[in-house]
Amino acid sequence: MNLAQHLIIAPILIPLVTGAALLLFDERQRTLKAMIGLASTIAIFAVAIALFRFADRIDGPDMAQQGVYLLGNWAAPFGIVLVVDRLSALMLVLTSTLAIPALIFALARWHTAGVHFHSLFQFLLMGLNGAFLTGDLFNLFVFFEVMLAASYGLLLHGSGLLRVKAGLHYIAVNLAAALLFLIGVSLIYGVTGTLNMADLAVRVATVGAEQRMLLEAGAGILGVAFLIKAGMWPLNFWLPPAYTAASAPVAGIFAIMSKVGIYVILRLTLLVFGEGTPSSGFGLHVLLIGGLATITFGAIGVLASQALGRLAGFSVLVSSGTMLTAIGMGSGGITTGALFYLVSSTLTISAFFMLIELVERGQDAGASVLAVTMEAYGDADAEDEEEEGGGGFAMPGTMAMLGICFAACGILLAGLPPLSGFVAKFAMLSAMLNPAGGESVAPVPAYIWFVVFLIILSGLSALIAMTRSGIRTFWASLEGTAPRVLVIEMAPVLMLLFATMVLTVQAGPVMRYMDATTEALSATHHYIDAVTGARRVGAPGPEVQP
Amino acid sequence: MELILSLGIGVMTGSGVWLILRPRTYQVIIGLSLLSYAVNLFIFGVGGLKVNAPAILTDGVAVSAYSDPVPQALVLTAIVIGFATTALFLVVLIASRGLTGTDHVDGREQSQ
Repeated sequence: MNLAQHLIIAPILIPLVTGAALLLFDERQRTLKAMIGLASTIAIFAVAIALFRFADRIDGPDMAQQGVYLLGNWAAPFGIVLVVDRLSALMLVLTSTLAIPALIFALARWHTAGVHFHSLFQFLLMGLNGAFLTGDLFNLFVFFEVMLAASYGLLLHGSGLLRVKAGLHYIAVNLAAALLFLIGVSLIYGVTGTLNMADLAVRVATVGAEQRMLLEAGAGILGVAFLIKAGMWPLNFWLPPAYTAASAPVAGIFAIMSKVGIYVILRLTLLVFGEGTPSSGFGLHVLLIGGLATITFGAIGVLASQALGRLAGFSVLVSSGTMLTAIGMGSGGITTGALFYLVSSTLTISAFFMLIELVERGQDAGASVLAVTMEAYGDADAEDEEEEGGGGFAMPGTMAMLGICFAACGILLAGLPPLSGFVAKFAMLSAMLNPAGGESVAPVPAYIWFVVFLIILSGLSALIAMTRSGIRTFWASLEGTAPRVLVIEMAPVLMLLFATMVLTVQAGPVMRYMDATTEALSATHHYIDAVTGARRVGAPGPEVQP
Repeated sequence: MELILSLGIGVMTGSGVWLILRPRTYQVIIGLSLLSYAVNLFIFGVGGLKVNAPAILTDGVAVSAYSDPVPQALVLTAIVIGFATTALFLVVLIASRGLTGTDHVDGREQSQ
């Protein structure tokens, strides 16, 4: 074990310890809590970057012995393992890239709108990171629940009628999903006798024909639980109201939560039901058709939305649907594009959720909700002083900045050049139309044309909806008062948009990384060998270091 | 024993599903509790039903004489997590009742 290997558990430990420690401080020590939370989040980001570089170096055939962390020093099928490979490292980096701007945004005012914001935020990060790292199905359930429990608290943060109503539905749906998760996991355990994902992939091949139906039923039920999280139609009616009702920084970090379901589906389908296994291609059709239905539903929702918040909520669905469709097509090239799309669309939607709050601040609805919550927590006076005394720098040229950011979000959501949304969609569509990748033009099946058509149409609907709302918000504004926006509220949005710009400029290297990720995902034996071959510390026998 | 267990799980699941589809929040929470009991029993059942079989290994006893300890550990975790989330849901439910003045899941009575 070297230091890099011990880093694998850090993305779980840092937020756990920080979140627990923050509970000990009184709510009045707001600045201190904020600083500790921010420091922890930045530390997680640093660790995630380190793991990202580590995974890039060790993945592939060399992964054995390195990317696997045996918790409690128990060997693989008996103990719980944490595994870092390219995909999980990518998701870790994405999570912390969203977390820092969301937290900074919250520091402007939102973290004062209720209690324990910083603890809940850290626990949410812990659940997310854990879900991305774990290599054990039941442990995945536990991290899912940690994440969900924190998200219930965060969704209700700021209170108010709208949040409680949306929260009630959100919690009920997710509790039911958790039960489905348990049924699926226990069915799979009942058939294969293992919960370790790598061991499961090995044992699935040996399951007899009469047991296979039970296994597939279990996998299907498990899949439903993840699809509820990912927001596949018709399991997604809870999502837009919940994301709309959440306060802006919370919605910003929630943008990654629907991707957790997609991450798990991507990992498990390729690992357990990948090519060459007896149940190869299990459930791909459901993903494809469900994904297309989700895109359609999301695009209609985007067009029908009057409020910006709902527009963003339905954009989450469009993004999920596109990802599910791409996974459902079950081809490496498309998955590469889809991973790029995942990063790009998550950053965009997160930025968009925060931007909406700033844009709508000038209008009545959002401001009055905030005012009510502030009053409820007795912060009205403190806030007023801050407003008058200028505790924080107001943004110069507010409307111009907001307009530019809004336009950038629109371009990203619609997938127009020059930003990363275009690169992502182009990569996916070109892989769909020309799977061979060469000059040869093979005839494209009709359903592919349909998929391409639908994806482009969803972009068009986003463009129409964004243009319409943009005109209404920025050009046809009657009152003409610019909202007062602080620099630390604008900066997070700019940071996220800057990240998408980096994605665009560095599209080549990023795409190569995604390509390597897809390759590593399809070469399941590397993952399996790494997990099953991981040795305990101090175990007898020669260390096999390739 | 298998029959009784499966009937128990089935009845609780059926009642639970019916209850979570009802419009009152109290019915929903009871339905979720029933469902979680059913799921806990189900998890317990996948390890195979055995009477008087210990889960702790001792030397010189055949493996078939033990009951599977993993589902027992899983069910313990599931109970704890289910308990915590139900408690949290209860708080939200009461908050919703206080804010809306009704126990309808949509926060308002359906217009007659």
